[in-house]
Order: sequence, then C-alpha cells, then structure tokens
Amino acid sequence: MTDRIADIWGERTPHGSGQAWPERVDQVLAEGLTDGDVDRWVQSACVLCSNGCGCDIAVKDGKLVGIRGRAQDRVNRGRLGPKGLYGSWQGEEHPDRLTRPLIRVDGRLVETDWDTAMGRIVERSKELLASKGPLSHGFYTSGQLFLEEYYALGMLGKAGIGTPHMDGNTRLCTATAAAALKESFGADGQPGSYTDIDECSAIFLYGHNMAETQTVLWSRVLDRLDGPNPPRLVCIDPRDTEVARRADVHLPVHPGTNLALMNGLVRELFANGWIDEDYIAEHTANVDQLRSVVEPWTPEKVAETCGVQAADVRRAAEIFGTEDRVLSTVLQGFYQSAHATASACQVDNLHLLRGMLGRPGCGLLQMNGQPTAQNNRECGADGDLPGFRNWENPQHVQDLARLWNVDPGIIPDWAPPTHALQIFRYVEQGSIELLWISATNPAVSMPQLERIRHILDQDSLFLVVQDIYLTETAQYADVVLPCAAWGEKTGTFTNADRTVHLSEKAVDPPGEARSDLDVFLEYARWMGFTDKDGRPLLDWSGPEDGFEAWKECSRGRPCDYTGLSYNKLRGGSGIQWPCTEGLPDGTERLYTDGGFPTAPEYCESFGHDLLTGATTGETEYKATVQPGKAWLKALDYTPPHEEPDADYPLRYTTGRTAYHFHTRTKTGRSRRLNDAAPEPWIEMSVEDAARAGCQEGDIARVTSRRGSLEVPVRVGDIRPGTVFAPFHYGYWDTSDGDTSDGGPHRAANELTITEWDPVSKQPLFKNAAVRVEKLRSGDGPSKAPDTTASRRATGAQR
Amino acid sequence: MKLPVYIGLLDEAEATLASSFRVVADGHGDEPDVHFILQTFAKKCDAHREALKPVIDRYGEDIEGEEEHRLTANGVKEVRSGPLALMLDLQDLYVLVNHIDVTWMMVGQAAKGARDTELQGVVEQCEGDSELEIRWLQTRMKQAAPQALLVAE
Ligand code: SF4
Repeated sequence: MTDRIADIWGERTPHGSGQAWPERVDQVLAEGLTDGDVDRWVQSACVLCSNGCGCDIAVKDGKLVGIRGRAQDRVNRGRLGPKGLYGSWQGEEHPDRLTRPLIRVDGRLVETDWDTAMGRIVERSKELLASKGPLSHGFYTSGQLFLEEYYALGMLGKAGIGTPHMDGNTRLCTATAAAALKESFGADGQPGSYTDIDECSAIFLYGHNMAETQTVLWSRVLDRLDGPNPPRLVCIDPRDTEVARRADVHLPVHPGTNLALMNGLVRELFANGWIDEDYIAEHTANVDQLRSVVEPWTPEKVAETCGVQAADVRRAAEIFGTEDRVLSTVLQGFYQSAHATASACQVDNLHLLRGMLGRPGCGLLQMNGQPTAQNNRECGADGDLPGFRNWENPQHVQDLARLWNVDPGIIPDWAPPTHALQIFRYVEQGSIELLWISATNPAVSMPQLERIRHILDQDSLFLVVQDIYLTETAQYADVVLPCAAWGEKTGTFTNADRTVHLSEKAVDPPGEARSDLDVFLEYARWMGFTDKDGRPLLDWSGPEDGFEAWKECSRGRPCDYTGLSYNKLRGGSGIQWPCTEGLPDGTERLYTDGGFPTAPEYCESFGHDLLTGATTGETEYKATVQPGKAWLKALDYTPPHEEPDADYPLRYTTGRTAYHFHTRTKTGRSRRLNDAAPEPWIEMSVEDAARAGCQEGDIARVTSRRGSLEVPVRVGDIRPGTVFAPFHYGYWDTSDGDTSDGGPHRAANELTITEWDPVSKQPLFKNAAVRVEKLRSGDGPSKAPDTTASRRATGAQR
Repeated sequence: MKLPVYIGLLDEAEATLASSFRVVADGHGDEPDVHFILQTFAKKCDAHREALKPVIDRYGEDIEGEEEHRLTANGVKEVRSGPLALMLDLQDLYVLVNHIDVTWMMVGQAAKGARDTELQGVVEQCEGDSELEIRWLQTRMKQAAPQALLVAE
C-alpha cells in the first residue's frame, strides 16, 4: 500500500463498464506490528464518512491496533481511505478521552460517578416535566451514533417524554436529501446504488466534491475513468476540485445560483426532446408546471446568472440528455446553499424526465455526509417519525402507538417536528430549559458561532453533553457523560446507498465510559418511562434487542429491515435495505418498476411548497395526488438573500478537506491526519488575492456581518469572486484551548448566516458575503494540503 | 357599477398588506424564516398592485364612500414584544391575507360576470398567492403555538 496521505485514492484497479470493481485490500497496523501479532480481527465498518467502508478491526492485548478493508464488502471491496486508515482507532486512543462523568460545581466541571451525574439529569428533567411539561426538553443528536441508539432516543423522546423538539446534526448534512426524496417520490429512500458507478455511461456530481468527502467512492469513479469505455463526467462546483480536474464539463457556478443552472438543464431536456414521454405520462405528475417554470431559463440566461459559459450548459445538458445510463450524485454544494430542496428536486426531475431510475447505471444518489445519518432519518431521532411514517397521517401515529403500546396522545404529532435551528432559538428564548446533545459539536458546526456560544452559555439552560472528548460544546455543559467510541460498542448502521453493516465491539471503552445506548436506556429507567400496561418502555438488554425492536417498527415500510439479523450481517458483505423474507439478499435499486410511494395512506409526507415550506396538507394532497406517480416539483430562481455588495464583495463558501471529519474530534487527534492539514486557511483566486494585497501564506482577516476570522491565505484555483474555508477547525487545540471569545477566531462558521432552506430547514453554509483584508505577512506558504482542491494555483480556472 | 370600489379596496388592501409584511419581517429579524419569507410575500403584493394597474386605468378607482366600505383595520404598524408577539403578529397578517383572499374571490366573480378576461387573469394569478400565504401562515403558527402558549415566558 502506498502512503495514503500523499496518495489519497491509492493505486488504480481499472474496470470497464459492467465489470465488477476489482478487490484491493488496504491495511494499517500500529507501528512495529505484523499480521502475526494480531490476536483477532473484529468485523465493522468505518464511521468517518457516509461511504460506510466494510472493515475489520485488529485487536491485540485488549487494544485496537489496526484496520483492514473487507475484500468481500460491496461498498469498498477492501479499500480504505486516509481517514479510515489513519484516523479510526488512532483518533480514539488519545489521553484526552473522557473516562468519568463530569458535573458542574461552582462553575467548574469536576469528575463524579455515574449515579451522581444521572441523578442530576433526572432530577432536573423530572422537575421541568412537572412544572413546564415536555416542551421544556430538547434533544440534539448526531449522524454518528448507531441505529439502535437513535431508535432508543426516538422512543424515549416521542413516547417517554413526548417532545417534538428532537433533531440531529443530520439537519446540517442530509436534511435536504431526505426532503427532496420525500417531495419527489413520496418517501425517503436512496433510489440508486454504488454499483451504478460500475454500470453508468455518464456521471454528474452536483456540489459534491466526492474526491474529498468519500475518498473510496471516488476511487471507484477513478477506476472507471482510467478503465476501458470510461463514463463522461460533469462537475458543478465553484472550486477546482479533483472532480473538476477530471471532468469533461466543469460548471463553476457562483455559490447561491444552483437552481438557475438546474432550471436551465431541465429546460434543455424539454427543448431538445431528450425526454421519455411514455415514462412521464405513466409515472409522473405535474409535467406542465415544470415545463412552464423552467421555460425562461435559456443557456444564455443561465450563463449570465451563474457566471458560466452558455456552451458548457448546453454540453452538460446534452450529456445528460443523450447518454443512456446517467448517474447523479448530490451533496452539500446543493444542500447547504440557497434553494436547496428545489435544486435537489430538479436533479430528481432530470432522472424522471428521462425515465432513468431503477436500472443499472441510472442511479440517483441524494447523498449524506455522515456515516449514520441515514439511520437518524429512519429511526426518528431527528424530526421524522420512525420508519418513514407520516406526521400528518393519524393512522401512522396510531401504528406507532400500538407498536410501543402507549397512548397515541403522547406522540407529539400536534406540532410539526422542531428543526435544529428552531430548537436553539427556543433555548435562546428560554423556553427549552433542558438540552441534551449527543455525539455532536454545535459550538463549531452550527452557523453564526458567536450566537451559538451565547445560547449554550445561557443561565436558563441545563445542558447535557455525551461525547468521547471534552468538545468545545461539552465545555458549556452542566453534565458531561463519557461515551464509548466505535470499536468499543456493538450496533448497526446504514450508509448512503442503504447498505446495512454490523459493527461489533472489539475492546472495552476506557475508564467508566459507556455506550450511548446504555446511557439512553439508563435515563429511561431512571425516569420510569412505561407503556400502557406499566411495563418499561425500553426494556432492551442490549443492542440486539434494539435491532429486533427496530425490525418490527420498519415492517412494511420503505426501509424494511425484517429480513436482516445480527447473524446475517456477520461474515459477508453489508446488505442493502429493504431486506425482507421475500427479498432476503436486500435490494440494489428502488423504483425498478416506476412505481413510487406517493399513495396518501403510505407516503411519508404530503409535501410542501418549495418557495415557502408551507405544508400542502392532507385535503389538498388527496385531491391532487395520482397514487404511485412521482411528483415533478419546480421553483423559479430568485437571487439568494445575502449577495456580495460594496462592503462585503466576495462570496463565501465552506466545505471539507480529505483529511478531516466533522469538527476534528477524532481526526485532529490522529497525528498523520493532523500533520496533513493542521490548521485552517482561506482559499482565494489569484485575482482576488492580488486585489486584497495578499500573497500565499499571508495572514488575512475575513469578515462577514456576523464575525471575522484570522487565517492564512491559500492562493488557489477557486473561481474568482468566491472564497472558501474548511469547516472543521474549532478551538480545542488552539493555544488557549477554549472557544476563545477574546482571541482571534478561526472557525469557518463564525461567518455563516442563520438562515435555512424553507423545506428541508438545512442551514445555508454556502451562501454568505465577506471581505478579506491582509493583516500581516506570513512566514511561508499556508499549511493547506497540496494534494487536494486546496492545492496552490495552477491557473486551471483562468 | 360598484366594481371600481372593490378594485380600489383591493389595491389599498394589497398596499396595507405589503407594508404589514415588511413591518413584521423587520420586527422579527431574529426569526430568519419569518424575516425572509415575509419579504418575499411583500414583493408579491407589489406585483399584484402592478398587475392591477391596467385594470384600474380602465375602470378608474372609485374611492367615493371608501371609508364606510373599508373592511380592514389599518394593518400592522409596529410589532409586539414578549412571548406571544410573533404569534399575534402572524395572526394579524392572517386576518389581512384572508380579507384580501376573499376580496379577490368576489372581484373574480364580477370579472367573470363582466367577461373581463384581463381581470380574470389577474385574479387567478393573485388568488394563488394569497392561498399560499394563508397556508404558510398556518404552518408557521401551528409550529409556534404550543411553545408560545404552554412554555414561553
Ligand atoms: S471513504 Fe469514508 S468510510 Fe471509507 S475509509 Fe474513508 S472515511 Fe471511512
């Protein structure tokens, strides 16, 4: 294996259209160890992005000592990327690990025992339930727990407490994927499969820097690009990413203008007759409205609005319109930008207009970023009802109440679920007084951090944080609960193409740390949550009980797990849901017959207006739906709310780098990954840097209406007019180690705006106006990676 | 013929609604969804008035006796404060929008009776917008009500 910091995607194993992706096994062991030293290998999958690469964890003397890709797994066929190789176990063995619960005493966090910590939480929780009721409680979770943990949390929140204030950081990551799938197809559920990469004749990546967000998936694409009959590639991204470098057509749109481009692409399909009239007639509704909305969006108008070439818009549309097997993958460049849901729906529409769904190579991947985001969507620890059930369908609520044996009145279907930013708003206003944050770090990942810090610091708030390290967020907590990490607990999770993996416990967690599942079960016990017959609401003895309970909840729903079991997931490859008695091997692609889950009694949502997020409502939905047909939804483009002006002339966007995940809780503690990208930077084009008087490595101040950063400049190949900052960097590893209200700021989200998409409620991280000024000269080039999109300018954009 | 009176009422009500949307949008800047969506709605009101212009030019805007015919209050001039502020302000808008919605309906009936296709076209376009505004206000108030009425202080 090559050094995978320098060679991120590893050696090529090219394959041609329709051929299976060859195996290539990647492995890293702790220094000085060889295969013979390993006591045992324990099956798992990587949790450092949504790809979900199957792996085995090496154990020696009760310690994690290595990782190896699973050759038989459908997702990665043995490969692992830099984060899996260098940041999985290495990111968990740091001396900073939390090993004992902490409680706040006289303003300081001090160590305590579990009973004291849990006692404090339960006391406050009971007090608030008695005096204010369930709406005083909010839960904010993650995209990184296991399925069983989300389901337990979903149950205790919805049937134990009965609060609608539950969401996850999946709101920041994957909410638009779910929303767009619901709007178009009637229910969540990834239509495509990673194997579509092996079969397709063209790939479109919409705001998806796959080369850095899912490095192993990109290896699969590279192996097609370097093999016989490679697919044509179209990239929509303002940066000169690795994807853009390999693309036949690169559309470096201005941030905030995705919808204009998408409306133009859809228009070209109509204008050139690149549509499947029969499929549209049989399987879709609303085509006339779609046609009239996109009508004004000529390639010239798109070019002017988006800052791209009209000829490139035509070429891209022609590729989509004429290739017979097109794969689309969508991510944060669309989801965290203006008109997120409408833009993502237009990708769905491209596939519907051409009837390109459910066939090999004709994949649609509305992706997510985090490893277990999909499970949060399924299990109802975010705003959704478990099992893709419909909040507005009383029958679905009854079903759940029956399943849980509780009074349906406790399930909070009387208010729409509260999205993350609204939960924080209620905390700000003092009406949520207990906020329980699990496995996530809003003090770095939320927009407008000054405001978030203020909210977390509020006197009226009782804050519970469970995590593996004392994050920037945990520093504000009243109670901190130390949790088990990956490899230290058992559970299942599902990746972005519906592949379910089992991750087994390999070693014990450090000190008194416990699994997140145990924490939730323990809280439910202490609180005395019971069903109608007085039996414990959550009587599971461990994760496998949780999985079996979840199977029942998923029965008959789109995400049906009833054909799976822990045993079945052992030994071979991960398996794609739905997996039932009738479909024992799982399901590669959804919607193979052109039938969609839009029937009113079955669908997950009655839909929304894309401009405002107003709900359609049951009556209107029933009056207009053609059951089984997909919706072609459309919205005209209007400019984003914050655009560059004289004071803030540049567009600001944020994103990942290949070497880090989330807020670097783990990856920043892996020496190899940290060395590869040790500190933040701001990426500017040659022109913009010159205008600001900045050279490579100079320290600049970047200012928006909400705050400012002081970071080194990387002069790169980003499109002029746009600047980029990596979103990973917070404050735990700065010299003063805290969130640093006094010192210079460096977290990308100091600058981002508190605004969200009206349908998906996903924040607009990729849409702010900023100015950049030089502060002082640097003492050398910035430390931004030269191996990725952040590499120094080569002139590719000009 | 009293249709010009009603068209005048409509024009005035759209102006009142536009300024009310803007007042509530500005006053609730800490609720970004409310802030931005109400601005969008205000622009729709402006567009409705634009669309009405040629019709007003034809019929004239009969303002005689307008005071006694006026159905609406003066609109929202300033936002409230306190835990119920957002909900009450949205509810005021709800009343204004519903008033306009039903006014459009009646003008639409008259337009049909008069076989005035231009006016019918304007009504069709604008009625859809007020329906959407009603649905959005309902969606948002439904979300706000339990928290505001049960726990906010
Ligand atoms: S691609 Fe994602 S899941 Fe695979 S090894 Fe890398 S971080 Fe882990």
